[in-house]
Amino acid sequence: MDLTILIVKGIIILVIFGITLLIATYSTYAERKVAAFLQDRIGPNRAGPWGLLQPIADAGKMFFKEDFIPSQASKWLFILGPCLAMLTALMSSSVIPFADSIRFAWNKVNYEIPVQAIEINIGVLYIFGVVSLGVYGIMVGGWASNNKFSLLGAIRAASQNISYEIALGLSMIAILMMTGSLSVRAIVAEQASFFEWNVFTQPLGFVIFLTCAFAECNRTPFDLPECETELVGGYHTEYSSMKLGFYLFAEYINMFVSSAFISALYFGGFHYPFMNEVGSALEKSLGAIAGHNLATAIQFVVFFGKIFFFIFFFMWVRWTLPRFRYDQLMNLGWKTFIPLSILNVVVTGAGLLYNFKYATWLIAIVMIVLAVMSTARAPKQAVIPQRS
Amino acid sequence: MQLTNRSKQVSNKEMTLAEKMYLPAVVGGLAITIRHFFRKKPTIQYPEVKKYLGPVYRGHHILKRDEQGRERCTACGLCAVACPAEAISMVAAERKKGEENLYREEKYAAVYEINMLRCIFCGLCEEACPKQAVYLRHDRMVPVFQERDEVIYGKERLVEKMDDRYIRVANSEVKATPTEPSLTRAAT
Repeated sequence: MDLTILIVKGIIILVIFGITLLIATYSTYAERKVAAFLQDRIGPNRAGPWGLLQPIADAGKMFFKEDFIPSQASKWLFILGPCLAMLTALMSSSVIPFADSIRFAWNKVNYEIPVQAIEINIGVLYIFGVVSLGVYGIMVGGWASNNKFSLLGAIRAASQNISYEIALGLSMIAILMMTGSLSVRAIVAEQASFFEWNVFTQPLGFVIFLTCAFAECNRTPFDLPECETELVGGYHTEYSSMKLGFYLFAEYINMFVSSAFISALYFGGFHYPFMNEVGSALEKSLGAIAGHNLATAIQFVVFFGKIFFFIFFFMWVRWTLPRFRYDQLMNLGWKTFIPLSILNVVVTGAGLLYNFKYATWLIAIVMIVLAVMSTARAPKQAVIPQRS
Repeated sequence: MQLTNRSKQVSNKEMTLAEKMYLPAVVGGLAITIRHFFRKKPTIQYPEVKKYLGPVYRGHHILKRDEQGRERCTACGLCAVACPAEAISMVAAERKKGEENLYREEKYAAVYEINMLRCIFCGLCEEACPKQAVYLRHDRMVPVFQERDEVIYGKERLVEKMDDRYIRVANSEVKATPTEPSLTRAAT
């Protein structure tokens, strides 16, 4: 490979890595701020202007706390757990296409390099592979702690992740069928025009994917691996200092990656309405290279706008909904989402056969009609005779 | 038997499909929380902004002087008797010749101490005093202390300064508890 391409690729990878870490760091701050605002409070505002240095203060505290390893724990696995969680979380951000491509001329050669850490044809498979490894971080941590509560929390995490991964994959399959490719960039490219964004063609798949993404990130209302009421702290009961910080940090990176994937797979990625018109106008007025690069920068900003909205959405949901009960969670995963996503696949296939992209709206409409009918026919509230 | 009219009928009726789908309820909940996101925050930024606690607030103790600067306290000990926490102690002394501009009557408190660790700010000393000599300021709190030997307040910290006289007025214009002396300076 050309050295220039290698260098530019390296810079892109570093920038994406840095952005991922930065966003994950500031998500902790944003979470506290959003939580406070939703609860009519003000939130952190002491460290720095508006409390902006709060994540740095938190990190400092994490580093200086006592790093404690239980005497009965298996030491190396105990250390490996948070590393695995962090590693898988970071790895999954590498196939996100952040924007179209940057163009430049160097030594009279024209280069065009996509803004993506690694451009591979099996991006979706890769992401599923890496994300499903993420449960090892929790599992190893829970096992190595040598603590019943941690082990129970880890097992709960594993079963939850497995049951949601199936529905996640099945809801994705409908998109893969429509695109005919496993590359994330191809899926994004498919959604060039606004009404072909997958959220409009796959409404049911979107709801399933969104919910499963919440469960995959182990975020409220699906944060059952950690559960103060019945499990003390869950899989990270025995963890302290930066090892705990890694687990929490991995959750925020997962949240960022999930947001990026929701916006890439269902909300057109870096596409926005009239993107091609804006792009060609810029190229006309600024010249081919500068105009194209500016258009790419705009795409980058648009994509991050979508990501930030979904990160906000994750927090918004967290401070709205209470935690599920474990049997409800399992029912939702196995008895609701898996059948629904299979139905979604079947209807999408039928739609493709008859060349009708919006076929899955039929399921949504049928469900809405059924729901309205059931409300209309709802029996009057049973009157319980009062004790006299 | 009904004790209150606030009791709620409970029933375990079967959920309708719309309720079983959770989504309408979830959207409703999200709408409620996002409304709160944009609501004005009721938080008061305490150390910077102080709320006016009203004219009946009981704060820092003060031993009053009269208009000519003479101490009103005659060391009768009624405040110490009234004090449920036994925080007040004093030593009485007799006024000498030439001290008439310092003490109002023949007897005065040579030592007057309040133990702030014991004081519960009940205001009974204020009520017991027949000479209107001891008050709890409505506008100033006892400052935070770090050392144990700072907590016994003697006369040097209790007797009011003539340039910072205390009067209690129900002033509706005062919104926050003022910390500057100028805001509470008496008109006399």
